[in-house]
Amino acid sequence: MAAGKASRKGARDDFKNSSKSKARGGTRRAAPAPRHILIAGSGIAGLTLALALARACPAQLTITVCDPTLPAQDLPDARADDARAYAIAAAGRRMFESLGIWPKVAGMAQPMRDMVITDSHLADPVRPSFLNFDGEVEPGEAFAHMVPAHDLLAALLPACREAGVDLRRVAVRRFEADADGGTAHLSDGERLPVTLCVAADGARSRLREAAGIGWVGWSYPQVGIVATIGHERDHMGRAIEHFLPSGPFALLPLTPGGSLGHRSSIVWTERRATASTLLARDPGEVLEEVERRFGLELGAIALETPLRAFPLSFGIAREFAATRLALIGDAAHVIHPIAGQGLNLGLKNVAALAECIVDATRLGMDPGEGDILRDYTRARRFDTVAMAAVTDGLNRLFSNDIEPVRMLRDFGLGLVERLPPLKRFFIREASGLSAKAPRLMRGERL
Amino acid sequence: MTSAGQESETATGSVDPAEVARFEKIARTWWDPTGPMRTLHKFNPVRLRYIRDEAAQHFGRDPLAGASLEGLSLIDVGCGGGVLSEPLARLGAEVTGLDPAPTNIAVARAHADKSGLAIDYREERIEDVVARGERFDIVTAMEVVEHVSDVRAFVATCCTAVKPGGLLFMATLNRTLRSYALAIVGAEYILRWLPKGTHQWEKFVTPDELRDAIRAGGLAPDQTTGVVYNPLADSWSLSRDTAVNYMVGASRAK
Repeated sequence: MAAGKASRKGARDDFKNSSKSKARGGTRRAAPAPRHILIAGSGIAGLTLALALARACPAQLTITVCDPTLPAQDLPDARADDARAYAIAAAGRRMFESLGIWPKVAGMAQPMRDMVITDSHLADPVRPSFLNFDGEVEPGEAFAHMVPAHDLLAALLPACREAGVDLRRVAVRRFEADADGGTAHLSDGERLPVTLCVAADGARSRLREAAGIGWVGWSYPQVGIVATIGHERDHMGRAIEHFLPSGPFALLPLTPGGSLGHRSSIVWTERRATASTLLARDPGEVLEEVERRFGLELGAIALETPLRAFPLSFGIAREFAATRLALIGDAAHVIHPIAGQGLNLGLKNVAALAECIVDATRLGMDPGEGDILRDYTRARRFDTVAMAAVTDGLNRLFSNDIEPVRMLRDFGLGLVERLPPLKRFFIREASGLSAKAPRLMRGERL
Repeated sequence: MTSAGQESETATGSVDPAEVARFEKIARTWWDPTGPMRTLHKFNPVRLRYIRDEAAQHFGRDPLAGASLEGLSLIDVGCGGGVLSEPLARLGAEVTGLDPAPTNIAVARAHADKSGLAIDYREERIEDVVARGERFDIVTAMEVVEHVSDVRAFVATCCTAVKPGGLLFMATLNRTLRSYALAIVGAEYILRWLPKGTHQWEKFVTPDELRDAIRAGGLAPDQTTGVVYNPLADSWSLSRDTAVNYMVGASRAK
């Protein structure tokens, strides 16, 4: 206390001196030290947030991203063999556009021109379409693009470095915080004082668990199988989703390439038991199974990558924030991939959190303060729960073969098809461009 | 502004643990967004945005740039624990904070130290500052007018402190039936947002009275805006409705 008083007196004297010297002809008070924001996790959500913050408030915020799986500079990213591709909705594309990322991935981005949804038995020779999304949100702007995960990361990493984000190959072991500030304990022994810690460390987020934030979730009796398929004929930018009794089978257009000239990504939901027998079979038989689901419209097909299965689960954090801690990406929510909305939802949350942090910072306020994080939770958790419930409901509605349920859903989809305003609403929603979207998602300056 | 304590700080080198504990408790009170000053914290973004945007426009700055108030001298009259002074200092203003309560000043200094901000906090009255001839680009007196005994004299002194070409911002409560219902009965007795006895309705000032006092002080009251509470969003926003809370922005000719 005594020492505190002494240093305070010192600071006051310094101030008096500086104001005197200013009166004589002008030194300025030193600018306040920037506040420190730590992001744990270098996935797409974590890096996008880092980039948005570093660009918007370069003088007031310093951004550190910690992740033990980060590639060293100039080394290839270990995540490069990731065959996953994301359907980035129009709102997400606008966000990447305003962050300068889109031009770097546009060459690898396949626009989705339309989307056909069918609801049939596997054996049905013809699968009539029940819902056909087509059109553009704005002239020339597709409602979604398919972008390989690797290309997004490869564009985000150097952009973050250029914007001054401190990328570190360490883990965040522990984070402690109170109303005054927080401290992150890193795996290399460093203690980093931070004003806000953002957990972007995945579905099993250690930071979330350590903060005591509950998780509501379950796993599905299904697994997701992804692969890249080559085919003879052009997909014309069409995405197809077959709702099969075992789960949805989605065919998503990729940019030209591969052994047969054209490529699509498949996301295939299958019962767990069926999937494990399937993956154990030899490639020729696997290809046959793919063909049965894929259909014959695109000509001969080939496997461009091996099939890879991952467990499907559903989960949502009970809160999106705790003291000086905010959750984004899978740390906040994991939803069924049925509607391709997982990353889009994550990006929307990133845009909302970035807006809360930047608005507070530009008012000189503490962006880790409880009121600001409460605004983030309030802005996003309801929407996230709604989207999670819709995807979970869709999966339950479609992943069965009970006749009355089939009739009901066919009727429901047929109704949407016949009502253009309702369809436009679905396209707007699928593109993420609803009226209350955060600034970045509308392609505006943050 | 409410006075968090009237006792004078022990200015000796010896440290009384009980004194330290009491001090810490008050400090936490001022800066805890969920504590007794909750309403003030909720109110802070809207008044900060108003001051920042009006000042940036007046002085030809970009309100969204980092240090939009850089180099401007600003005096925060009735600064309390520094909840308004600190953000303004972060925006680049050279801030002087005044409060007659020594404990408030002690809390404000300790917090600014921790935040690494150089703010000149003083246990002084604006009258003393003006008498010494100090003048400022921006003078703020937010939620102060309703606590002073002679409004016209206080406003006149605040006006004198404004440099030619400078700005004055005042926020206060209107004297209407609704402000009685909301600010006294609602905020103090029903919602318990504020300690009972925080406000005396008779001391509230109407926008006309305040603007009149500002004109008498030689400034032009250019802007009056209401501030309303939205219970669903639990937040405050600017409004044309000045019946309860309102802010006035005034400028002195160059």
